[in-house]
Amino acid sequence: MKQIVKRLLETIVVLLGVILLIFIMLRVVPGDPVTTLLGEHVNQQTIDRLTKTMHLDRPILEQFFLYVGGLLRGDMGQSYKYNRPVTQMIMDAFPYTLALAIMASIFAWALGLILGIFAAVKQNRLPDHLFMGISLFGVSMPVFMAALFLQYLFAFKWKVLPLKADGSFLSMILPAIALGWNSAGSVARITRSSLLEAMQADYIDTAKAKGLLGRAVILRHALKNSMLPVITMMALQLSSMLSGAVISETVFAIPGIGRLATSAIENRDMPVLQGTVIFTTVIVIAGNFIADILYSVLDPRIRKAA
Amino acid sequence: MAMSEKKEKETVTKTDPEDVLELHDLKSWFYTEKGIVKAVDGVNLRIPKGKIVGLVGESGCGKSMTARSIMGLLKFPGRIAGGSILFDGKDLAKLGEKELRSICGKDISMVFQEPMTSLNPVLKVGRQVSETLLVHNPEIGREEARKRVVDMFGKVGIPEPEKRYDSYPHELSGGLRQRVCIAMAMICRPKLLIADEPTTALDVTIEAQILKLMQQLCAESGTSILIITHNLGVVAEICDEVYVMYAGRIVEQADTFELFDHVEHPYTKGLMASIPRIGKNPERLYTIPGVVPNLLHLPQGCAFCTRCPCATEQCRTEKPVLTEIREGHWSACFLNQAKSE
Repeated sequence: MKQIVKRLLETIVVLLGVILLIFIMLRVVPGDPVTTLLGEHVNQQTIDRLTKTMHLDRPILEQFFLYVGGLLRGDMGQSYKYNRPVTQMIMDAFPYTLALAIMASIFAWALGLILGIFAAVKQNRLPDHLFMGISLFGVSMPVFMAALFLQYLFAFKWKVLPLKADGSFLSMILPAIALGWNSAGSVARITRSSLLEAMQADYIDTAKAKGLLGRAVILRHALKNSMLPVITMMALQLSSMLSGAVISETVFAIPGIGRLATSAIENRDMPVLQGTVIFTTVIVIAGNFIADILYSVLDPRIRKAA
Repeated sequence: MAMSEKKEKETVTKTDPEDVLELHDLKSWFYTEKGIVKAVDGVNLRIPKGKIVGLVGESGCGKSMTARSIMGLLKFPGRIAGGSILFDGKDLAKLGEKELRSICGKDISMVFQEPMTSLNPVLKVGRQVSETLLVHNPEIGREEARKRVVDMFGKVGIPEPEKRYDSYPHELSGGLRQRVCIAMAMICRPKLLIADEPTTALDVTIEAQILKLMQQLCAESGTSILIITHNLGVVAEICDEVYVMYAGRIVEQADTFELFDHVEHPYTKGLMASIPRIGKNPERLYTIPGVVPNLLHLPQGCAFCTRCPCATEQCRTEKPVLTEIREGHWSACFLNQAKSE
């Protein structure tokens, strides 16, 4: 419990640092948001007025505190381009990203774990080589290629699944596979190597000496011990998917966080970009936090140290 | 020579009903890329009912591999290349995985060398012991299994057994962990307990307690013990019979008193001389010169000839066979055999 509170405090420090960094970076890049927003043919008066309402005339430190103060109230400012609250825009986009990330993760983890466990059990035999070949293919295939390939086959050629995502379950299947494909490969590979390592441990001999058969040895004794690195990887994958799968979202036209961020960059929409980056940071930190808690659920030694 | 042939014939064809386990010409070979490593090469060994048999030798002489062969725990690329492991009228070497596992843990159990690593770190120790019970007697149910395990914990001298049931291995000391392992091995009252260097990883003060505990539990349930050790002190303490192993073969075999009274084989003599003794205070402890030979390139003759102080030309060219040199005392050494004739 004490450990958790300590971790939370650390998290807040990290978050503040990230906000500061983003804030400075976006102000260092050239280009004036006011002129971007207003276009070229406006008079100085309008520019001054807008600068004032956007607090851009204040010192940068004051702007920072104003922004953090807003954040605490859940206010991330207004989009320059759409003149809508950034918080609202992120909340509108997030459900799409969330659905995509969950579906992709389920696909990736189920496939990855099954392939990895099978490969480990049949080490150096045909299924091992076959599955590891598949997962190497998965790891090395870029998402945009997988996405276009799937889209071409299933949506364009065979017309079994929709081409564009419209929020329905069916329309999310292709993007989820395209996004999860990569992760499935890495989960499979790390599961295999971690499980093989666990199978070399002395307690596996003890389990066999007790009279347990192969499957029970793996499921009851080796698997739990081998899951730590796998969980780490899964948590990182999930948080990176949740922070927006830029490519899959673009190819399948899903209005998620990734799309929001890319269009914010294209439009020089600073508050939106700032908001998405901060949101993403929170998600990544939360993901790691959950992974840490899961460790101690899995391994009593970590629980004790905590 | 004639005698040894007679013995070999006898042991291969007939099993003694008084024996709980018999190894006949057991060969466990490792098929490595560099060649065949004969870790166990033609071992004959008998464990009589209710007796404690010691298997002694240096590291790498094949004693652990002998034990692992019995339990079907040889790791790739090792496998049983020949011979038989007779237990209860069955040849364990030829049993399928499923049949072998139904015997392991129930009729034959094993205590390993390292109590630190031989327990699963993420499972409660009580669960790990009750698992053995439940695998072989699924009908008794979890409640009853827990009760019996707690009982057993008490028997093996674990304080607060009820509480310790829910401990994880890292919360226990080495000695307590080994007691858990013994509880695990004895919970089904096996006919044979194989203890692979059970006290090597423990403090000397704990060693005697653990040995005594095993001895006492086995006497209660009529369990025989095969104890594997490099420590002749342990042998003198508890064993009825001793087999000395060198480079995958048995080189000397006798009952414990006979062996300690009349050491015959030069290798066993070397082992005896290397025991530190209170009172005698030599400058340096005696060591057998050289190391165990590479099992890939064994000498043509006796495997010990490169280190033996009394090796002759015959030792370098011919392999000595285990021969009875005196009633109940066997040695694989030309010198001993010449002396006895």
